[in-house]
Amino acid sequence: MYEPLTIALAVAALALGAWCALAAFRDQPAKDWHYIGMGVVTALALGQLIVGVVRLAGGDDPEQGTGLFVAYLIGATLTVPAAGFMSLTERSRWGSATAAAGGIVLAVLQVRLYDIWGAAGA
Amino acid sequence: MRSELSSGPGRLLVTLYGVFAVGATSRAIYQLSTQYDEAPLAYVLSAVAAAIYVVILIAFVRGGERARKLALALCAVELAGVLGIGTWTLVEPSAFPDQTVWSDYGIGYLFLPVIVPVIGLWWLSRQRKPEPGREPASPA
Repeated sequence: MYEPLTIALAVAALALGAWCALAAFRDQPAKDWHYIGMGVVTALALGQLIVGVVRLAGGDDPEQGTGLFVAYLIGATLTVPAAGFMSLTERSRWGSATAAAGGIVLAVLQVRLYDIWGAAGA
Repeated sequence: MRSELSSGPGRLLVTLYGVFAVGATSRAIYQLSTQYDEAPLAYVLSAVAAAIYVVILIAFVRGGERARKLALALCAVELAGVLGIGTWTLVEPSAFPDQTVWSDYGIGYLFLPVIVPVIGLWWLSRQRKPEPGREPASPA
């Protein structure tokens, strides 16, 4: 779809996952800075959603199907906000672990999105 | 989200089951409705897995002793399913033209389908309420 953004988002999601996992490992709840990090990653994911929709509107055809692509695109956008929301009311290391899981899941979704888009043009 | 089952480590579990429930359910609906004939066995089994994830998720969110027992039983079914179907897909790959959620012990999902039920069983079995009049068995 737009490869540099996909790669940037995968790397940012993994970094967020590692950062929150470190907090969980140190027995710390997720702090404001972690939530700012989640906001940055979510902003990138929103950017990806917009780019994806624009490319579809421009006539591009994902290799494994438009429906599947859109489903993953929406899922990717919602993953980190959902995990962040779940961690908000769990002010312990387990809230941090939940946020970390969100980052890791988003990174995996980027790999799937890359595959689904396929040769439709990077 | 007031249930005791979904606090502490349960918060991570309920989030992962939420991801599984949404992912497996949408995948099952998509595959059963668009390409059922390609791999009926794989898609039906994926739908069964999805249903189990949804019920476990609801049990975690609701909480209470009955929900805990139900979730415990379904985590055991889930573990048996991923081990059984994981072995089946390795022994007889020809029965599975397409992947299931539980193929090769969940390798397509970072092995989470086999790891999460183990953590779930551990967490849920720890949450049993001590019987009235008895001290909790765990040392300080």
